[in-house]
Amino acid sequence: MCKDCGCGSGGTGYRINGRTPAELHGHSHDHDHPHDHDHDHGHHHHDHDHPHDHSHDHGAHDHAHSAPLGAVHQPGLDSERVIRIERDILARNNDAARQNRVRLAATGTLALNLMSSPGSGKTTLLVRTIEDLKAKFPIAVIEGDQQTDNDAERIRATGARAVQINTGKGCHLEAGMVGAALDDIKAEPGGLLFIENVGNLVCPAGFDLGEAHKVVVLSVTEGEDKPQKYPDMFAVADLLLLNKADLLPHLRFDVGKCLAAALRVNPHLQTLVVSAETGEGMAAFYAWIEARASLSRAAAVARA
Amino acid sequence: MHEMSLCEAVVEIAVEEARKNGATRIRAVVLEVGALGHVDPDALAFCFSAVSHGTLAENARLVVERVAGSGWCLDCAKTVPMTERFGACPDCGHRHVQMTQGDEFKLRELEVE
Repeated sequence: MCKDCGCGSGGTGYRINGRTPAELHGHSHDHDHPHDHDHDHGHHHHDHDHPHDHSHDHGAHDHAHSAPLGAVHQPGLDSERVIRIERDILARNNDAARQNRVRLAATGTLALNLMSSPGSGKTTLLVRTIEDLKAKFPIAVIEGDQQTDNDAERIRATGARAVQINTGKGCHLEAGMVGAALDDIKAEPGGLLFIENVGNLVCPAGFDLGEAHKVVVLSVTEGEDKPQKYPDMFAVADLLLLNKADLLPHLRFDVGKCLAAALRVNPHLQTLVVSAETGEGMAAFYAWIEARASLSRAAAVARA
Repeated sequence: MHEMSLCEAVVEIAVEEARKNGATRIRAVVLEVGALGHVDPDALAFCFSAVSHGTLAENARLVVERVAGSGWCLDCAKTVPMTERFGACPDCGHRHVQMTQGDEFKLRELEVE
């Protein structure tokens, strides 16, 4: 269980557009990989040579199984032994993220992972961005929420393609979920892919999805000390959008103080003050996107 | 954060490695967890028994070895100890410290039979 937000597993039981990954693709994602192992344990009192068949479940990915660095026999402890492993526990997510990145690079798609606490205005910001940029780019959106497809519906109303991932109890998106959503979305060459993460200023920071950039959205109705309280999110982001700037005249919110706090955590962070409601500052966000989208396109063309 | 899904990954890797090595039971799982990371050892221990139930790792001991935090202070040009992720240098007080150790989350070894 997630200590901070009380969520259960993020890794299982998620749904895309209301269906499980298995239902979505009309087949099960559980593959049987029978392995035959012949073991010859010289250290044992009994010599056995037993092939066992076992299977384990993989998502729709192949990954290399690295050999253990060495099995160490402890004399005197008979059958008990210690296996050195040294494996990074987040490696599985990172592998899936790498595969997503390769797929996105092949189509020259610029993928942005939008993260924030609930209610910062991510979806409103996306809707406006899509309206303003849809003439220039093919745009697709992956929406992450624990439940409902309300946000995907709002996005589809703009004419953009949207896939809803419901994480159930999960507090964040994982790369494998995004990979499954990519199967569905079939990114058009040179387009934009917005991934709207689950509203949560903590957990999504720890999971690479294969995006080109992480964008954190903070609204001025939240505290100006959020970057100090939740430093991880601001540390991993490339761009901070300080949203709902149209409300500033009604609030005691010190923009300078907030940006200073964010820059203290991450000196490389770029910051923009915007209002998705009035459109203030959004042109700078679009310019930021367009500059990076042309890099993604150029890289794909150079590779082809 | 999300210790339950992290524990699922731990058990999955442990069972995979144990099977690869022909083990029939996992007696202990040794993790390396950085002091500055996002992982809470108590929450891990709590989740581990639930997640390992019915697997080769059922009833295994979970051993968490903490790795102390340290970073490179750009101003002092040396490695300094760190107690919080984005903390200041204990010597000069500036925040120009890049974390170099303390973010680990690794399965180090298994004790099997």
